[in-house]
Amino acid sequence: MNPEIGHFALVLALAVAILQTVIPIWGARVGDAALMRVGPALAVAFLGFVGLAFAVLTAAYVQSDFSVLNVVENSHSLKPMLFKVTGVWGNHEGSMLLWVLVLALFGAMVALFGTNLPATLKANVLGVQGSVGVAFLLFILLTSNPFIRVIPALAEGQDLNPVLQDIGLAIHPPLLYLGYVGFSITFAFAVAALIDGRIDAAWARWVRPWALAAWAFLTVGIAMGSYWAYYELGWGGWWFWDPVENASLMPWFAGTALIHSAVVMEKRDALKVWTLLLAILAFSLSLLGTFLVRSGVLTSVHAFATDPSRGVFILGILVFFIGGSLALYALRAPMLRQGGLFAPISREGALVLNNLLLTAAAAAVLVGTLYPLALESWNGAKITVGPPYFNLTVGALMLPVVFAMPFGPLLAWKRGDLAGAAQRLMSALAVGILIALAAAYLQGGGPLLAPLGMGLAAFIVIGALVDLAERGAVGRVPVATSVARLRGLPRASYGAALAHAGVGVCLFGIIAETSWNAERITGLKIGQSFEVGGYELTLARVEPRNGPNYRDLTGIFIIRRGGTEIGTIESSKRLFTARNMPTTEAGIRTFGFSQLYVSLGDELPGGGIGVRAYWKPFVTLIWLGAVIMALGGALSLSDRRLRIGAPKPAKPKPAKPTPERKPDAAPAPAE
Amino acid sequence: MMRRALLLALLALGLLAGPLHAVQPDEMLPDAAQEARARQLSKELRCMVCQNQSIDDSDAPLAKDLRLLVRERIKAGDSDGQVMDFLVSRYGEFVLLRPTLHGANIVLWLAPFLVLVVGGAGLWLAYRRRGSRPAPTAPLSSEEEEKLRRVLSENSGDVTKL
Repeated sequence: MNPEIGHFALVLALAVAILQTVIPIWGARVGDAALMRVGPALAVAFLGFVGLAFAVLTAAYVQSDFSVLNVVENSHSLKPMLFKVTGVWGNHEGSMLLWVLVLALFGAMVALFGTNLPATLKANVLGVQGSVGVAFLLFILLTSNPFIRVIPALAEGQDLNPVLQDIGLAIHPPLLYLGYVGFSITFAFAVAALIDGRIDAAWARWVRPWALAAWAFLTVGIAMGSYWAYYELGWGGWWFWDPVENASLMPWFAGTALIHSAVVMEKRDALKVWTLLLAILAFSLSLLGTFLVRSGVLTSVHAFATDPSRGVFILGILVFFIGGSLALYALRAPMLRQGGLFAPISREGALVLNNLLLTAAAAAVLVGTLYPLALESWNGAKITVGPPYFNLTVGALMLPVVFAMPFGPLLAWKRGDLAGAAQRLMSALAVGILIALAAAYLQGGGPLLAPLGMGLAAFIVIGALVDLAERGAVGRVPVATSVARLRGLPRASYGAALAHAGVGVCLFGIIAETSWNAERITGLKIGQSFEVGGYELTLARVEPRNGPNYRDLTGIFIIRRGGTEIGTIESSKRLFTARNMPTTEAGIRTFGFSQLYVSLGDELPGGGIGVRAYWKPFVTLIWLGAVIMALGGALSLSDRRLRIGAPKPAKPKPAKPTPERKPDAAPAPAE
Repeated sequence: MMRRALLLALLALGLLAGPLHAVQPDEMLPDAAQEARARQLSKELRCMVCQNQSIDDSDAPLAKDLRLLVRERIKAGDSDGQVMDFLVSRYGEFVLLRPTLHGANIVLWLAPFLVLVVGGAGLWLAYRRRGSRPAPTAPLSSEEEEKLRRVLSENSGDVTKL
């Protein structure tokens, strides 16, 4: 396809986005239903044009059209097809186009599925969404056009950065953008509510599915990015506190706070002003992340754009949307009526505590990321804020969050009974202590962090189960009744318990990996062996191999445990010929939840080859935990109450007696 | 300025591309306790030409030089603090991955906890103010109750649930 079609489609998309910004909001202002109804059609057209532009760029990559500059710079005719396609967003221009495509996708989804939204709210939401689209389309068209031609066309491209030639590029950025940009919807809802000057519990119910979806995608997106860095960068770390990782972590903290405070708002009509602020903050931090990554202001391993004109442009977008929304917030929020009251010890109180700590964690990441920049521009001093800072501050703030987590769901709304909740958590606490003791015994001395952390992780997982058991009144009523109760629980309850258990699983992986991992650095000749984590590895042979666009040097190791051979592991150094850039392809074997990780180094002066090997116990739980969290989000999302556009149930079910949960009742009798 | 940024980016990309294997077997000290100390210190020191890598993780020539320097000082009998002071006197605080606790850096270290304290205090004040209203025992007016019930009736009709 002709690249100019793509360029033209982007211009048309811009025109549509401008109309989408102006017409529905104007219609909502003057109360003209016809004008408001234009919004959905425009949102769908917007998606159509952006989708067309994206398809044209993809076609240019697939056909290796080296008359397009972007393709020349990031593709190669010999590149495997998968990486030709993923290469579309493996560069600055293309990834911004993906950003706008996801934005358009969310806008169209609101247009199509938001049938139960009040007309003015829907019109304002689509209008605000449109305005974000205008800003980013202008950014693409003026500074980052992916459709620029080179004349005359070139015969061959320069290939994609080898580090990006990986399945991770197919998975991580789209998921991350679905999360990042998904928060544009909650932002649009918040700004729409502020424009309208009206907000109630129903608003929270409309926003929650979008916040949950964005949060779930962001969770998996971050986890996949972490796993990708783990196996691709070859030094065995899974979190580096790189500014780009921080950029995705900040909206995650804000988003996590948002999905929790939105519950309070929906159920209790409280925390409205705060929830609005979180909705604004989550997307503001996403925008900030986009700015940090795209402007190259913090040059890090991810930054491939270093043109300052782009940075200034995104900074403008940032100031406009964050400043504008916060100004609107300052103006309108005091007018919003506060809702239900609650005692400090209550479900609401627990969620407020969660919000407070998560926000402080987001602040820690924000300050740590921006402080070196601020200091340097203030007095020219150059300092580094590295992992020790983040581990300490974020760790200190997250510890109370995860410890308090099992208590929250067991407290009643309005006024809870902490002692009762603690009593119900006794079994979880007992299991946690047992696990801690077992871990201490296995470890045989050493730092206390491991046993305590693992005990905490077990407490969280069992605590999530206790929450469900309590809801089913398991053990207090006949089994059949319990089963019936558990079956009758809303899926959101299961989703919450699952997500909370996922946090415990993730924590277990983090603690086990950091405190028990084993490392061996050694030089090996063929036939020589070494031991790591109870496994004996023998370098059997080293052989050269050829791929489509690279040459490999692969070391094949035989794994033995207790003298018996249990398999092989292959680790390579890869040289990508087009760019003459080497990468490491770590060899990884998974045993249960643990992994053996081998990465090859240089050939040594005295013969032989450098080898760095790790035993990483329970490391996969880190990512599995994150996936479980996201699945919990998805399960909640499938709850019919939250399903977008779900019709009302035919008849309300008769209220079931749930004495231990009645908010007005005295603290539940502990049994 | 622009050229430096470009250079940094190129460096970052170039370094990223290198085979990453950091500490080489031939660098390691024969004394296991000293080597362990060296590794611990290496994790706290920044490879200054890299982006966001400790000298323990980086394979840049400078990182190797620094690793050897750390080991030299340890062999010469320096304490951990003396090694760090030596590197800071040579390369400035930029080399430290853990920011120091004096001067403006206090703001950096305290900021997250300030957010927590100020936020907590704000919440407490808001709670106190609301608690001292004339009718604190009437959390929802009947009109509000009715509204909430209406809104939630789509669910299951059970306001008390969840």
